[in-house]
Amino acid sequence: MKNDHEKAVEEYAGQLSLSVLQEVKEQLPASISKADLTKVMDTLVAAHGTAKVNPGECVGLVSAQSIGEPGTQMTLNTFHFAGVSEMNVTTGLPRIIEIFDARKDIKTPMMEIFLKEPYHSDIDRLKKFAAKIKETTFGELASEYSLNIFDQVLKVTVNRSLLADYDLSTKDLVKVIKAKVKGFNAESSDDEITFSKSGKTQELKDLYNLKEKIKELKIAGMKGVKQVLPVKRGEEYIVLTSGTNLKDILALPEVDGTRTSTNDIYEIFEVLGVEAAREAIIREVFKVIEAQGLNIDVRHIMLVADIMCATGEVKGVTRYGVVKEKASVLARASFETPIKHLINAALEGEVDHLTSVVENVMINQPVPVGTGLPGLITKMK
Amino acid sequence: MADVYLNSKFVGTADNPAHFVGEVKDLRRKGLISEEVSVYHDAATQEIHLYSDEGRAYRPLIIVKEGKSLLSEKHLKQLEEGEITWPDLIRQGVIEYLDAAEEENALVTYAEEELTPAHTHLEISPGSISGITTSLVPFGNYNQSSRLIIGSKNQKQALGFYAANFHLRMDMDSNLLHYPQFPIVKTKIHDITEYGQHPSGQNMIVAVMSYDGYNMEDGVILGKASVERGLSRSTYFRPVDTQELRYSGGLIDEISIPDKDVKGYRSEHDYRFLESDGILYPEAKVNEGDVVIGKTSPPRFLSSMDEYNLAAATRRESSINLKHGEKGVADFVVLTENEEGNKLVQVRLRDERVPEIGDKFTSRHGQKGVVGILVPPQDLPFSESGITPDLIFTPHGVSSRMTVSHLIELLGGKVGALAGRYVDGTLFEAEKEEDLRKQLLGLGFKEDGTEVFYDGRTGKRMLARIFVGNMYYLRLRHMVANKMQARARGPIQLLTRQPTEGKAKEGGLRLGEMEKDTFIAHGASLLLKERFDSDKVVVPVCEKSGLMGYYDARKGRAVSPLYGENSEMSYVEVSYAFKLLLDEIRTLGIYPKLHLKSKY
Repeated sequence: MKNDHEKAVEEYAGQLSLSVLQEVKEQLPASISKADLTKVMDTLVAAHGTAKVNPGECVGLVSAQSIGEPGTQMTLNTFHFAGVSEMNVTTGLPRIIEIFDARKDIKTPMMEIFLKEPYHSDIDRLKKFAAKIKETTFGELASEYSLNIFDQVLKVTVNRSLLADYDLSTKDLVKVIKAKVKGFNAESSDDEITFSKSGKTQELKDLYNLKEKIKELKIAGMKGVKQVLPVKRGEEYIVLTSGTNLKDILALPEVDGTRTSTNDIYEIFEVLGVEAAREAIIREVFKVIEAQGLNIDVRHIMLVADIMCATGEVKGVTRYGVVKEKASVLARASFETPIKHLINAALEGEVDHLTSVVENVMINQPVPVGTGLPGLITKMK
Repeated sequence: MADVYLNSKFVGTADNPAHFVGEVKDLRRKGLISEEVSVYHDAATQEIHLYSDEGRAYRPLIIVKEGKSLLSEKHLKQLEEGEITWPDLIRQGVIEYLDAAEEENALVTYAEEELTPAHTHLEISPGSISGITTSLVPFGNYNQSSRLIIGSKNQKQALGFYAANFHLRMDMDSNLLHYPQFPIVKTKIHDITEYGQHPSGQNMIVAVMSYDGYNMEDGVILGKASVERGLSRSTYFRPVDTQELRYSGGLIDEISIPDKDVKGYRSEHDYRFLESDGILYPEAKVNEGDVVIGKTSPPRFLSSMDEYNLAAATRRESSINLKHGEKGVADFVVLTENEEGNKLVQVRLRDERVPEIGDKFTSRHGQKGVVGILVPPQDLPFSESGITPDLIFTPHGVSSRMTVSHLIELLGGKVGALAGRYVDGTLFEAEKEEDLRKQLLGLGFKEDGTEVFYDGRTGKRMLARIFVGNMYYLRLRHMVANKMQARARGPIQLLTRQPTEGKAKEGGLRLGEMEKDTFIAHGASLLLKERFDSDKVVVPVCEKSGLMGYYDARKGRAVSPLYGENSEMSYVEVSYAFKLLLDEIRTLGIYPKLHLKSKY
């Protein structure tokens, strides 16, 4: 009986979306008659039909207006969150612009790292984990540098308590440095490391360069993770980071990869692909809008995200991104740098078929949306 | 040790900076060096700056020594009796001037009770933290600062008695309020600046209520009877001028009634206002298009050959006539000459402006509004004693803007009007609200300023008591008569063939980029096309070359620019701006080719 129902439901596959079909399958009472089932399904198809967008509806423009209007209010109140306890994150209009432009270098890259079982409830283990992933450079550990010109040595005093925090000794440091820097001898004492030139030629400049070089040397942690902050989120602890490195973090065994995420959309695209990037765009934009207390329907943002990701990679709403993909020469020329577009079009001998809105407004012809869309066909006898 | 700079130039060092600075100040207070010299010690950079140059704004403060003001009761008494004056106080070292730099070293309080040994100066009046226009807002200390700024900005736009010699002046765009009054609720600044000599508003009876929604969204309602009796009536003056310019070859313009053989002669009717000197007679009522000053100019582009050619030597008409939408009465004429010695004629036109729907009014608290309706007296609400308001103000304007001073002025105005006195509303030193309330009670009114009102139309008593009182209202210079503009057809621009822009050019109201978007969003595609038809043209397009051709009237057919008559030409309707775009693309060296296709 149940199988029969499911088969009957399956017949509507082309007319209803899969999620609706799934819901119907799960919720249908087993005792329903065949006639009743058809009735239910037909009602559903009719209701689904009314929820659809009409042909010729100008969805893109309506989305632009729906995002643009609250956007004007947003510009006025972006000066929120000035140095509060949590990390400083770009919000408001600057963040929206950043996302829609698909910037590769975002102002405040950030990660939310969720952890697996024992780690997320144990604050000590969590702290250890946090310390482990934080990128630590030699410069952060060193407290004093002294260049001895006569002996041609560089002495570096290391902050011992910091060293203990990271569970390291000066010997570990020397090991790391020796692997990266060649041509120097390094000797370590309790809290001092002494560098001297191993070769014959002795130049002060070399030692100075060495000093600058080892300052930036990564000793421990993940590249790019500049700051870590354990935070309680509901029942569990998570780690917030400033600076991202999604790929390496996901590879760690402690990390719950299903929930861990970053706000760097381009990084998501590179690590997880376009679909994930699309979701990230929607999520990130919506987060900003919600924080501002504005009310924009998600579907408008989804449409923008779809357009941005339609080519298989993330493209910004700029003259290098989405606008470049427009078919019409006139439409492209009407959006920033017209002469460049016209000349390039002329070189390629492009043809504008006048199929979209902007071109038709320009030549004063009916635009192909709404009442301008349908045409009449006469039957000749 | 500190470096000493005089007017930003290094002059030496001082071993004991504090002592040095004290010494300079002492000398100044004793009058041994000028009171305009200032001294400033920057402890962080170890620098002492002395200034004696021009361009520094400075202000007077009472000097404080050991927590005590040097201005004593004795001084005040002497001042009152006229024994000493301001310069005496400076000479005695009671008051000194500080500039912006020296203020950095001073600790100033504005209340004598708050003085501590650390203080160096005392403000003469706490109200001196604000400027002159801001001080003109009564009870200003009850307001948000932004409202004070708006309030003082509005006062600058108010009509008033701006100059006593107005009848001799040729100001561009000036307004004169008839019957200006001194405000019942005033501040000390009104007295100090002799506001009564140049007032700019009138005391009106204001009711805070709604009246059929004609005052919603910052509207105000005026009583028609009040307006007809002269409330806020004003005169608008505008000069029309011209001069006899000189041209090469000894030619010159001539101000006179043009001869009939002049090129571009209008008609006798058009010159009917002009007297024999070519200028209109006083008290002539002129309307748009009428000639105000008759003038002829020598012919343009006169080459040497044409000098002997009589036909080309006719002068052309260049009279000055009133522009679109202007009217007035000739009020005052000035005949003079300009810097180059050319004859200059100025005619001042006068226009009486009776308040009408759309004119702008404001109180002194940034509560501006536009007249929504003029209500005839029989329909106005009236109080028990038969008082009808001159102006009805909406209560919704107060809650979000928090202009408490507006409400207190209304109360104070009522007290002042009933008691026959002026009420002081000086910043921080105003009469207390409780006192005003008590006095109102003593005058036989409810202490909160409300009264029972009756609807003028039905005679029924209103359910709520109405807050009513006297307020100083200002008429602002933005009047609809100067701004109203509409057109259906009219002049177009030469280049784009689109309608002109702006009121002076009888322009259209642009349906802009974002307005266009709303048409598209509604799917009103054909309506949008029609709206943009203002510059539509039908051009012949060559089917072979794809270029736009032209109609050759001699041949009686359209011609292609490339193939002449050897191509099929089709007529296409486009906007002229697009034709222009194609032309411009061609100037780029790009060949824009139109492929034509039947629409159906």
